[in-house]
Amino acid sequence: MQYIIVGAGPSGVIACETIRKLNQSAQITLITGQSEPPYSRMAIPYFLEEKITESGTHLRHNSEHFSSLGIIVINEKVNAIETSKNFVRLADGTELGYEKLLLATGAQAVSPPIDGIHLDNVHNCWTLEDARNIASKAVAGSSVVLMGAGFIGCIILESLLKRGVNLTIVEMGDRMVPRMMDDTAGGLLKSWCESKGVRILTSEQVTSINDADSSDQKPLKVNLKNSPALPADLVICATGVKSNIDFLKGSDIAFDQGIIVNEFLQTNIDNVYASGDVAQGLDFSDQSWHVQAIQPTAVEHGRIAAINMVQNNSCKHHGSINMNILDTMGLISTSFGQWMGIEGGQESILLDKKNFRYLNLQFKEDCLVGISSLGHTQNIGVVRGLIRGKVKLGAWKERLMKDPSRLMEAYLASL
Amino acid sequence: MEKSLVINPDNCTGCLQCEMACSYENEGVFNPSKSRIKVFTFHQEGRFVPYTCTQCADAWCQQACPVDAISLNLVTGAKEVNESSCVGCKVCTISCPFGTINYNQSSGKVIKCDLCGGDPKCASACPTQAISYVDADQTGLDKMRKWATETDHASTNTPANA
Amino acid sequence: MSWTGKLLRINLTSGEITTEALNDQWKKDYLGSRGLATKYLSEEIDPACDPLSIENKMIMATGPLTGTMAATGGRYVVVTKGPLTNCIACSNSGGFIGAEMKSAGWDMIIFEGKSPEPVYLYIENDKVELLPADEIWGTSVWNTDEWLHNKHQDPLLRIAAVGRPAENGCLYAGIVNDLHRAAGRSGVGTVMASKNLKAVAIRGTLGVGNLTDPEAFMKAVNEGKAVLADNPVTGQGLPAYGTQVLMNVINEIGALPTNNMKDVQFDGAHAISGEAMSEPRKSDGRPNLTTNAACFGCTIACGRISTIDQGHFSVKNKAKYWGNSGGLEYEAAWALGADNGVDDLDALTYVNFICNEDGFDPITFGATVAAAMEMFEAGDLTLEQTGGIEFKFGSAEALTQSVELVALGEGFGQDLALGSKRLCEKYGRPELSMTVKGQEFPAYDPRGIQGIGLNYATSNRGACHVRGYTVASEVLGIPEKTDPLTADGKPGLVKAFQDITASVDSSGLCLFTTFAWSLENIAPQLQGACGNEWTVDYLLEVGERIWNMEREFNLKAGITSADDTLPPRLREEAAKTGPAKGMVSQVEAMMPEYYQLRGWSEDGKPTDATLIRLGLKG
Ligand SMILES: Cc1cc2nc3c(=O)[nH]c(=O)nc-3n(C[C@H](O)[C@H](O)[C@H](O)COP(=O)(O)OP(=O)(O)OC[C@H]3O[C@@H](n4cnc5c(N)ncnc54)[C@H](O)[C@@H]3O)c2cc1C
Ligand code: SF4
Repeated sequence: MQYIIVGAGPSGVIACETIRKLNQSAQITLITGQSEPPYSRMAIPYFLEEKITESGTHLRHNSEHFSSLGIIVINEKVNAIETSKNFVRLADGTELGYEKLLLATGAQAVSPPIDGIHLDNVHNCWTLEDARNIASKAVAGSSVVLMGAGFIGCIILESLLKRGVNLTIVEMGDRMVPRMMDDTAGGLLKSWCESKGVRILTSEQVTSINDADSSDQKPLKVNLKNSPALPADLVICATGVKSNIDFLKGSDIAFDQGIIVNEFLQTNIDNVYASGDVAQGLDFSDQSWHVQAIQPTAVEHGRIAAINMVQNNSCKHHGSINMNILDTMGLISTSFGQWMGIEGGQESILLDKKNFRYLNLQFKEDCLVGISSLGHTQNIGVVRGLIRGKVKLGAWKERLMKDPSRLMEAYLASL
Repeated sequence: MEKSLVINPDNCTGCLQCEMACSYENEGVFNPSKSRIKVFTFHQEGRFVPYTCTQCADAWCQQACPVDAISLNLVTGAKEVNESSCVGCKVCTISCPFGTINYNQSSGKVIKCDLCGGDPKCASACPTQAISYVDADQTGLDKMRKWATETDHASTNTPANA
Repeated sequence: MSWTGKLLRINLTSGEITTEALNDQWKKDYLGSRGLATKYLSEEIDPACDPLSIENKMIMATGPLTGTMAATGGRYVVVTKGPLTNCIACSNSGGFIGAEMKSAGWDMIIFEGKSPEPVYLYIENDKVELLPADEIWGTSVWNTDEWLHNKHQDPLLRIAAVGRPAENGCLYAGIVNDLHRAAGRSGVGTVMASKNLKAVAIRGTLGVGNLTDPEAFMKAVNEGKAVLADNPVTGQGLPAYGTQVLMNVINEIGALPTNNMKDVQFDGAHAISGEAMSEPRKSDGRPNLTTNAACFGCTIACGRISTIDQGHFSVKNKAKYWGNSGGLEYEAAWALGADNGVDDLDALTYVNFICNEDGFDPITFGATVAAAMEMFEAGDLTLEQTGGIEFKFGSAEALTQSVELVALGEGFGQDLALGSKRLCEKYGRPELSMTVKGQEFPAYDPRGIQGIGLNYATSNRGACHVRGYTVASEVLGIPEKTDPLTADGKPGLVKAFQDITASVDSSGLCLFTTFAWSLENIAPQLQGACGNEWTVDYLLEVGERIWNMEREFNLKAGITSADDTLPPRLREEAAKTGPAKGMVSQVEAMMPEYYQLRGWSEDGKPTDATLIRLGLKG
């Protein structure tokens, strides 16, 4: 059996490994458009703060890992797919035939269409290449403007501070990480950051960026909608991502925001599957189909897609739970599932503003469907277990309504 | 024969000797808050439940790790955190549906049970045999493993060459 | 050196919080916990002060073995001047908060002054804050516990708190930690509340280490654990029956004080014994005892976790008490049961729950009700005075009503809240108070166990069994059997037990280990942790030093040799049944020898030579 996996992010890599585990004789080819060995975007913040070197970002540390598993790695971009003839065409023109194909091409950063967004000292923070650029320019004492206080913005925030830069964050929304936190948590996070010396402009927008006049001390001028312009050495744009689907144009693989898949992570073409940030997969919580763009989902997809590719759709994907954990200068926040609550649901909330502690549980009847938290890390994984297992909490529901912090006991009691 | 930790909560008195043994082995101090095994008290029910990683076959933590910092010890079957690779992203801590891998703020890394390399100190410290280390096939821990797979319906815990 | 070397000083008056290095010399002289805290208190307050005044201080202290893996190394003490006794008060408790305090980095916390408003102390390692307690003031310990866990969103927060009786001036209010462990005796909780301090909430994540010789320590710890496991008392009796293993034993030897010590045997003893706790109840088929439970690090696990039959009159329609909680220990079962002639196990368990819920000493409470019963039956107390409660021996209803009144500080409960000494004085029968220095004795009748009577009479915190538990020798034969009915040799036995106990208490270990351990087992653990100087001989010296320091405190507080005695009943009314039939306590006869062995003058004062020998005088 000939398997081709396009994309060497976590999703593609797990898929290759899973296929190998299930089928010792399969021919497996992993194609990646990047020149580096398979690496993890998630490790970029730690590379930036110099906790690890570039090799520390690699998804697998043993350089022989793929060859020892008999996985052929090709460093070339895929330009097109011919599903009727079962081959992929690489940028250099090579055509490679497959019997089963997995598309795990991930996502890319997108920048807002404003003047100056392509200037030299304006970067996204999505690839290792971006990270190298940022590392060379975000030096101690430099002024950095970070566009976007979403999840990616927040996750690199600490790394930037550790590099000793003067940081200003500009966020369009009215709070930080709006897609993972409610007003209370987002507001607390903001005041936490401000207490650590970060300047945060919410409900603010960068209108354009231009090279500064020779009289200015900083090379860039970042113009804002409502406030005076900011001088900067470096602008980092973390305003959003989109799935890598451009190369599918002209193929008959169906896509929307991402590639459309069914509960086996199979596309509209029978022998083509998709996984990770490129796939519009099933969300466990509301059973809707969309791109979650998180690592655990990418991995889960990769694994399940691989099983289905080898074992003929034997493994149904019941949906992934959207979940995040974020460490912002020591303040750890999490969100899981339907943290924003559901109609007709119930909630149990504890808030200790002074100590930046927050716990918000959301229930549907006696099942947990989501949480958001600040300052809670111990045994936090059981939240996934409880949501995923649709565990009926019974009498513990009432106890959690009184004291949500007894989550672990509730979990154990229901096991 | 691979061995595993077997926990019998009925025997537990809540003394925390296991937590001390664990933290002493791993941290060099007696510090239950850093123990890889935790005893939970059910006051109303009069019950104490020691709880730690069951080293599940398709380890969620291991798969979620972006930098390959969790690996299988082929001798003990334990999933071990490689301190030098772990970047402290904590994704494993939200991925493990059992909540048995935890972030350690002071080291900036995660900690989990590694079976002490085959001589788990919690088991030897336990005065009531609430924790024992025995041949894997006689454990009741399969209940939990089963649950682990049920949450996903996707286990690759099948023999290779399928 | 398993001290943290640091203490916290909390000035409640000003709200100022400071840290200090532990006095190096003192820790060498007094070890920790009981000894060291008493040294600090002796140095810092006037022993003659009013215990409930702003001049008194209260110290929470751990020992060097607290928070380590040494079996039972979870103890802490509260040392202050006690309002019940006007003597040094030192109440020892297990549970988990002692170890937590150590793990947060503190050997000791000294509270001084008085807060203008109700507050609680919150400790998270180095973060130490006094926070408002208005919302929990006027509520029970259990409510306070729940509120604090909720507020701090931390199920692992360890909490010690006082209940309503402490706030209302009950003289035997304790400090309850971890819901049902208590620094219970002598009114230490009353002192805490008098300072407007409602609770101490601790989260420690630093750990305890810094051992002098880790390998030697772990070796000694493991050997110690093996000895405890192999010993019939600590390995079997206590885990199975708790201290309640004693109920039938002590009854049989005719030393179970009954009906305010009128008798020495109780017909209902079996019904309230440890064995009975394990038998299925007729009513609901469940035993009273659900499981045994350990304190921090304890491999004995004598703690009882019990339920009350939901249909029992005491808890009908009170779902709050239907779950499990801390069950009866021997002293409580005796004081609430035998001493009142009550043989209703569930009623005693309920009363015990309330003593935990609201933080007061079941021994003093039970013995005070017993005195009320005797006065009522003798006509010294009228129905009008008791608010309509018939205080008759054997009445479980009178007992349960009393406990609720004391908890709430209402009606006749206000009289009961003062302890038997003040109650009996008030109603004109001072001789019916079974106390020494104002504190009620526990469950061993000095007529049937002679040595314990001498210990009661000389105990520095008022009548108390755990200052010198000669019962171990006189009844259980540990370390060797002595005849309970003879006074011969008892002064020496009492002194030895008292001194050893003082050093065990100061180490951070639980006294119950000494059913199996001698200092020969303890010294190696201390040596591994703290250094080779902690030999058996040195520990004996430290124990004796502590005992004499406490005595000096009491002498300065106004105690005289006249207070070293037992109530007349025990000296004059002979035991009516059992092996001790016809006997009275020979405490007066034993006293001169005791003073002499202690190196005290005939009027009970340590001589200069003694003080100099022990380094208590320069
Ligand atoms: C800075 C940063 C921090 C993050 N932190 C977190 C976090 O804390 N938690 C979390 O859950 N998620 C985090 N993420 C998101 C997470 O990294 C992604 O969800 C995850 O990488 C998705 O994996 P993937 O395999 O689907 O895609 P990717 O990792 O994007 O991998 C896709 C691969 O496909 C290749 N590719 C694309 N197009 C082609 C083509 N045409 N031909 C060949 N190869 C192609 C790419 O080069 C890449 O190697 C973070 C992302 C970033 C950038
Ligand atoms: S915290 Fe460490 S072990 Fe866990 S996923 Fe991140 S890098 Fe891997």
